[in-house]
Amino acid sequence: MSTTEAPPSTGTNGNGTSGYRWVGTRPVRHDGLDKVAGKARYAADLNLPGMLYGHILRSPHPHARIVSIDTSAAEAMPGVKAVVTGADFPEAPPKGATRNLMCTVIARDKVLYSGHAVAAVAASTRREAKAAAEAIEVTYELLPHVLNISDAMADDAPVLHDKLFTRGVEPRPTEPSNIAARTVYERGDVEQGFAEADIVIEREFSTQAVHQGYIEPHACVVDCDQEGKAVIWASSQGHFKVRSATAEVLGWDTSRIKVIPAEIGGGFGGKTTIYIEPVAALLSTKAGRPVKIVMSREDVFRATGPAPGAIIKMKVGARNDGTITTAKAWLAYENGAFQGMAAMLGCMCVVSAYTLDHLYVEGFDVVLNRPVNVAYRAPSAPAAAFAMDSVVDEIAERVGMDPLDLRIQNCPSQGDPTPYGPKWPMIGLRECLEAIRDSDHYQSELPEGQGRGVASGFWFNIGEASSATVNLNENGTATVITGSPDIGGSRASMALMAAEELGLDVHLIQPVVGDTEVVGFTDVTEGSRATFATGMAVVEACRDLKEQLRKRAAKTWDCDMEEVEWVDGSAVHGPGEQEPLTLAAITGNAKRTGGPLGATASLNARGAGPAFSVQVADVSVDQETGRVTVERYTTAQDAGTAIHPSYVEGQMQGGVVQGIGWALNEEYIYSDDGNLENPGFLDYRIPVASDLPMIETCIVEVPNPSHPYGVRGVGEVGIVPPLPVMANAIADATGVRISDLPLSPPRVLAALTAADS
Amino acid sequence: MSRTHVNCEVNGDAVDFLTEDGESLLNALRDELGLIGAKEGCGTGDCGACSVIMDGRLQCACLIFAPEADGAAITTCEGLASADELHPLQQCFLEGAALQCGICTPGFLIAAKALLDENPDPTETEVRYALAGNLCRCTGYDKIVRSVLEAAVQIRTPA
Repeated sequence: MSTTEAPPSTGTNGNGTSGYRWVGTRPVRHDGLDKVAGKARYAADLNLPGMLYGHILRSPHPHARIVSIDTSAAEAMPGVKAVVTGADFPEAPPKGATRNLMCTVIARDKVLYSGHAVAAVAASTRREAKAAAEAIEVTYELLPHVLNISDAMADDAPVLHDKLFTRGVEPRPTEPSNIAARTVYERGDVEQGFAEADIVIEREFSTQAVHQGYIEPHACVVDCDQEGKAVIWASSQGHFKVRSATAEVLGWDTSRIKVIPAEIGGGFGGKTTIYIEPVAALLSTKAGRPVKIVMSREDVFRATGPAPGAIIKMKVGARNDGTITTAKAWLAYENGAFQGMAAMLGCMCVVSAYTLDHLYVEGFDVVLNRPVNVAYRAPSAPAAAFAMDSVVDEIAERVGMDPLDLRIQNCPSQGDPTPYGPKWPMIGLRECLEAIRDSDHYQSELPEGQGRGVASGFWFNIGEASSATVNLNENGTATVITGSPDIGGSRASMALMAAEELGLDVHLIQPVVGDTEVVGFTDVTEGSRATFATGMAVVEACRDLKEQLRKRAAKTWDCDMEEVEWVDGSAVHGPGEQEPLTLAAITGNAKRTGGPLGATASLNARGAGPAFSVQVADVSVDQETGRVTVERYTTAQDAGTAIHPSYVEGQMQGGVVQGIGWALNEEYIYSDDGNLENPGFLDYRIPVASDLPMIETCIVEVPNPSHPYGVRGVGEVGIVPPLPVMANAIADATGVRISDLPLSPPRVLAALTAADS
Repeated sequence: MSRTHVNCEVNGDAVDFLTEDGESLLNALRDELGLIGAKEGCGTGDCGACSVIMDGRLQCACLIFAPEADGAAITTCEGLASADELHPLQQCFLEGAALQCGICTPGFLIAAKALLDENPDPTETEVRYALAGNLCRCTGYDKIVRSVLEAAVQIRTPA
């Protein structure tokens, strides 16, 4: 494989001070060649001998009782080898997370959204499977449905779950409702805060449900044998999760299931759960043949994801000197058909980029007749930031301050309390604000007729469990096996950290994503955790190996291990009486010094570093059509340390563009009868290349002290600021402030027209 | 169901396969010929992940019936590299980090090749419009556009 020469580096491209040899360089990713050659195998690319095709029948109704399912006609059709319905699955418990997962995979007594899986067929060809699925006769008793937050929260709303009683309300309600939970965070006295304010701004915002929009539809191949064992090839963000969740739905012991991670064609949070694997497993068990299920794009839109829409009411007070004195927020988030924690996360994020003595944040998680919400890149934070940073922008305008200066004046630092309790560790919000303030973009004059907007965004990042095994091969190369599916280049980052630790050329390291039977348990690739937490496991395993390598050198030299140092990939004899032994020399001689060298590390990573991003955009607005054109965009993000700066930039740019899509175009549009009207990429329009300028990046590096290289994790926070950035830039360009997303041409045009009259 | 015998040229090789009349060229390439580089992202011609060049024109293989390929010359992503060398577009995508998950990459490479075959010296705007039929959800297109522009330079001025 051809590779670029690693540039001589004294540090990463972020701040150039860290002094690493490999960390911060930009080698070609190890899995890259297969991907540009068309050889990389995603789940839908696998075919097995005798394999059948599965097809899932989905509900055309948003809310209905399943009266009966007649599969006899389907079973008699050509090529059909197996048919399953909810009755073939274990009974679901009356309530709770397990019930929600089981009933998401396949409906039981009720369907709760249009697109809800009802039955499935396995047949010899795709067409036979589809035809047979459509021949299944389902009798429904239609029930009234609710599609938006306000309707679902109303006192007389049709209730989705008769055992759902609002949590977080005292006394606990005795009647079920669609309000799954209430969350409150408070500090100080907001009334005092408003009394101290010179200006108070109160606004209401709404955002729409949007889909993660990964280009690869969900796919799996499952092969169950006569001993009850299952092998699953899955496209997922976490194959250990696929194993445990499939076992949970089927009531199987996890040891019956082996999951092999296929390459994954995008996830963004949407592939942190399962939909099809247990269905394929039951079909395969019944048929005694491997079964492949690949979702259509329409099914992906109707039945997976999306991220929730929200309604947010903000009331913020500030003094004339720009000090924000208090904020009161009311947030309600869609959860989809089953309870989630979207509002709770929104409550934790909504004012996190600001220091407040007084705050009161109250949130409601609401179920309704839409597909269950799934994580999407910094889940819940973008809508919350849209509300808060729109209001903050208005405050800056009212007090006559530069919007970045106002944010700098109010930004939290290490030791300040977070809105949700603990104190901030070392964070880089101020550095990001200053980076944008000092950027060429912000310092440049705004072209005539355009508007400029800025905003900031916060996301937690998480740690969780990770495992890594590092084996040294006899020729002096290394294999790094982790359990983290690689969505955006994380294998290259694992190899770079191993190269740095071992002093080995990064091209001599092969990073591999291992299946559930070759590497230790590893949580899902989510929460920007892979390079942080799995990287820590890689580093720990490499440090173990360095000890082993020093021992082997000491044995070779017949000296005390304390006399051996590991320097630049070689064992060096401290007293200087021996020639250094390279890693290859030690591994080549390993059989004589104790056998092959390998090390494993498993850990539960603590100390994930909070992430912040600050962004600026220039836009122009077509007064006749309402179309918004993004003319220039710059993003600054605190990466902690950029292990592979190209892929850090890639995460930053990708997050920004998803946020721009959310802000300007994307939305789930439902008909009154509860069907999604735009379940395809033609009508659900994600940004394309011609919609965009280059996305300029500024990697800020405020190292996370909890990680050996200072990594924070970079995957998510970039999607948070674009929503308010776009709204603020449009307000600057037109003088009209719009508080409902998306800022699509019809909405912008209507707002401009209304402002004119 | 009767099956049609299709003869065509794929990546320079004469190939033939049997297909059902309603089958797409994409499924034929993937299932009958084992060429998995072209992906199905939507099945409706909206995402470009299945892009191929057929008789000199950029096409979505999911929108072409397999029998329509009879007598045609088709280039897929697998046909870009020679035995010992990647196509400059492939090399520039690797060095420019123009892929993250990689599912859209074969389609982008084909669409970019179709552009550079027609226009060896495109502007950034021309690249952006030429690639507007290909969706990438990971990269924000920045590094893809840069890599195509860099490949154009390399193709125009071979080392």
